[in-house]
Amino acid sequence: MSEKATKWLPIVESMKLKVDYDELTNCMRCGFCQPSCPTFQETGLEAASPRGRIALMKAVVDGLMEPNESFQKQMDLCLGCRACEPVCPADVKYGSLIEQTRDAIEDHRPHPLWVRGLRKAAFKGLFPYPKRVRRLGSVLHLYQKSGLQTVARETGLLKVLPEHLRVMERVMPEASGDGVVERIGSLHPAKGERAVARVGLFRGCIMDMMFTGTNVNTVELLTEVGFEVVIPEAQVCCGALHAHSGELDDARGLAARNIKAFREAGVDYIVSNAGGCGALLKEYDHLLSSESPEVAEDARWFAERVKDVSQLIMEKGNLHALKQLVSKASEEAAVTVTYQNSCHLRNVMKAGNAPRDVIGLMEGVNFCEMTGADSCCGSAGIYNLLQPKMANDILDHKMEHVKETNAQVLLTSNPGCLLQMKAGVERAGLTDQVRVMHVVDFVRERAKK
Amino acid sequence: MLQPEVRQRLSEIVGAEYFRDDTETRVSYSYDATPMLQSLPDGVVFPGSTAEVSAILALANEHRIPIVGRGAGSNLCGGTVPDQGGLVLVMNRMNKLLEIDTENLTATVQPGLNTKAFHEAVEAKGLFYPPDPSSMVISTIGGNIMENSGGLRGLKYGTTKDYVLGLEAVLPNGDIIRTGGKLYKDVAGYDLTKLLVGSEGTLAIITEATMKLIPAPRYRRTMLAMYRDIHAAARTVSSIVGNRIIPVTLEFIDNPTLRVVEAYNKIGLPTDMEAILLIEQDGTEESVVLKDMEAIQRICREEGAAEVKFAKNDEEAAQLMKARRSALSTIARIRPTTILEDATVPRSKIAEMVLAINAIAKKYEIEICTFGHAGDGNLHPTVATDARNAEEIHRVEQAFEEIFEAAIQLGGTITGEHGVGTVKAPYLEWKVGESGIRLLKAVKQAFDPNNIMNPGKMFAKESRKRVVVQR
Repeated sequence: MSEKATKWLPIVESMKLKVDYDELTNCMRCGFCQPSCPTFQETGLEAASPRGRIALMKAVVDGLMEPNESFQKQMDLCLGCRACEPVCPADVKYGSLIEQTRDAIEDHRPHPLWVRGLRKAAFKGLFPYPKRVRRLGSVLHLYQKSGLQTVARETGLLKVLPEHLRVMERVMPEASGDGVVERIGSLHPAKGERAVARVGLFRGCIMDMMFTGTNVNTVELLTEVGFEVVIPEAQVCCGALHAHSGELDDARGLAARNIKAFREAGVDYIVSNAGGCGALLKEYDHLLSSESPEVAEDARWFAERVKDVSQLIMEKGNLHALKQLVSKASEEAAVTVTYQNSCHLRNVMKAGNAPRDVIGLMEGVNFCEMTGADSCCGSAGIYNLLQPKMANDILDHKMEHVKETNAQVLLTSNPGCLLQMKAGVERAGLTDQVRVMHVVDFVRERAKK
Repeated sequence: MLQPEVRQRLSEIVGAEYFRDDTETRVSYSYDATPMLQSLPDGVVFPGSTAEVSAILALANEHRIPIVGRGAGSNLCGGTVPDQGGLVLVMNRMNKLLEIDTENLTATVQPGLNTKAFHEAVEAKGLFYPPDPSSMVISTIGGNIMENSGGLRGLKYGTTKDYVLGLEAVLPNGDIIRTGGKLYKDVAGYDLTKLLVGSEGTLAIITEATMKLIPAPRYRRTMLAMYRDIHAAARTVSSIVGNRIIPVTLEFIDNPTLRVVEAYNKIGLPTDMEAILLIEQDGTEESVVLKDMEAIQRICREEGAAEVKFAKNDEEAAQLMKARRSALSTIARIRPTTILEDATVPRSKIAEMVLAINAIAKKYEIEICTFGHAGDGNLHPTVATDARNAEEIHRVEQAFEEIFEAAIQLGGTITGEHGVGTVKAPYLEWKVGESGIRLLKAVKQAFDPNNIMNPGKMFAKESRKRVVVQR
């Protein structure tokens, strides 16, 4: 056997250890997952579908197939949107299988040196430290505001970047070195007579650096509908980027720190405004299920309390207050809006309709459902940076559906989707016609009018 | 392994992108929805036109390479598992709806067209294509034709075979034939169209089909009837049809299924009932539909239904359908391997068949849940098991063997809608007899003298000896 082939072999042993074999055999190969899978819809290839990927995983574990670069690429091509899970008759936990497989591949993956360095810097050196993330925000802010960005754009310096990164650079919002706590403090009493509940805001890394305003708006909206909001300062990155990239141990470490931070804050709910983070928070109990009984119990305590902001408002909030807040805008011409699902909010948190319900409460807003709104936009964490071709194919199809709705505002509930939608609008030349916003920002904007 | 010159030729015919023989591709086309079957092909081809299919088949015929046509790989008889290697022909690039002819009420389609997409396109024009196999979200029209798929609406509207008017097909030597047409009458020669429908890829590859459409019914009503006595439920089925009423759906759920579905879903099903009938009627006149439903309700009570529920609106209808819809998925969640059979008997024999299945389940100490299309006499005895437990699988196989025998003794068949493939091949002779097998083989020989078309399917090397059923 060539040297090239043998270097993949240790992956087999790792997969045997890490991939849940019972779950692999639970797939009965009915194929009902395929219509929901974006990469199958784009390629038409069985291997690029959940049924196909599970068959490949099983073939590797069973010794029917040796893993190779193409196997690794097929596992990388999965968006991890998990749209296949709700439609699976046998309830196969595909999301766990793909993460376990990626984890096994990462144990031995022959990364080029620079990728290894970059992964280490991001996963181990950056995201676990909120202060470092904020410092990165300051640096980005400096780039954007010092004139450097203008220089970079005008001199054509940015042309060294691939096209998809140039688009991302253009649509990137103004970054900030000050997070939500630095701006407005960490404790916010409920407006009105009595607090409905005490909730802890999960601020997120990207959210707090690039969408600090959305975090501020989330706090304000929650206090207006009756919640006392606390932002535990000891919280860290949720670990989703780690988990989805095959760094499960790092993800577990971050989870433990977050559980401790929110437990000590004595909250009734943990609220997230990013579907991608919320979904992993919601699955901390699975992530930590094989740890000690106390840790597992804490994780269950935490997971049970995780809610998306729209979900929490609809389930527990003072809707009367919310309606009052957004009723003032009714005299203006109606605005048409549509909503792109956050896959993880829909498929994992199972609260995909909550944002639509919130939008439905607002006067003067026409909601137009978009074809394929429940299908991934191609953002998928950092997928759009790693798999630009597939992500752009998916995105361009998505934009055709956005156009059909004639919406003036395109809403999302996750920062990754938001950036991707902005990139899509830019690619489709719709920048003057369509604004892309987080649901929370839209509600606050309507309330201020 | 394919010879280098064959690989070269295939790449030339379809383009390098559409011929693959890497391990990943071969693994991912080594199975279909049939439990416990897997076998690697030597290569996979994705043809884009009839001409390409013709060139591929001629090449394969010359080199005696097995050809396995494949739609979505959702069949349950092992029909698309390449168990003798060769080439898998994936038809999903040829997936266009070529035409909906509103004057002749026909549609012309390519074989890879998705069944559900076809339904939606036809219904958007106020027309109707009734066959609705449960796999229609992924299945293709070509696959439905090759397997002669059924579905929930077979009682009133028939199955796939009743909607195929004409075909374009490629023979193993590369010849292209056209059968039938936009014709409701055509007696020119043997009916090759009907011969190809349900031929499971053993005779030819379909490259185009002309399908019959009908006007869409506008009204639909749903009801549920519950029985403490399984015979009363079975009598109701015969009695409804005997009263000259043909409902669109007449579904049956037995007590073991009810208990399993209720235990897992907690949707308030009556587990003290022996059987449930789920009945739907549709039509173009609301008053006619309502009249039928009232008559059906009366018949259910007369035959001894313990309770009858009438859905007032679509929401309630969906709620009633939930038990039937969640039957398979619930059973699939219990244990890793789900084996779903489709023994079929004359509808007057439904009660006897269900009781025979229950007795067989007891004998082999396995749990069989039975649900299915009672109006068609088409039952789905289903077992939740584990492929890794060889001893239990052996008992399951013995039980199913006895179920096939029981069905045949009641004047029924070994398969109503899933097809023979490899799974039922050893039992085909039980149904069609020795002379029948000889004749079928002669037909196969006439089409495919070199036996390259889906070899090993339909005909087993040797037939199973019939089991003696003690009664």
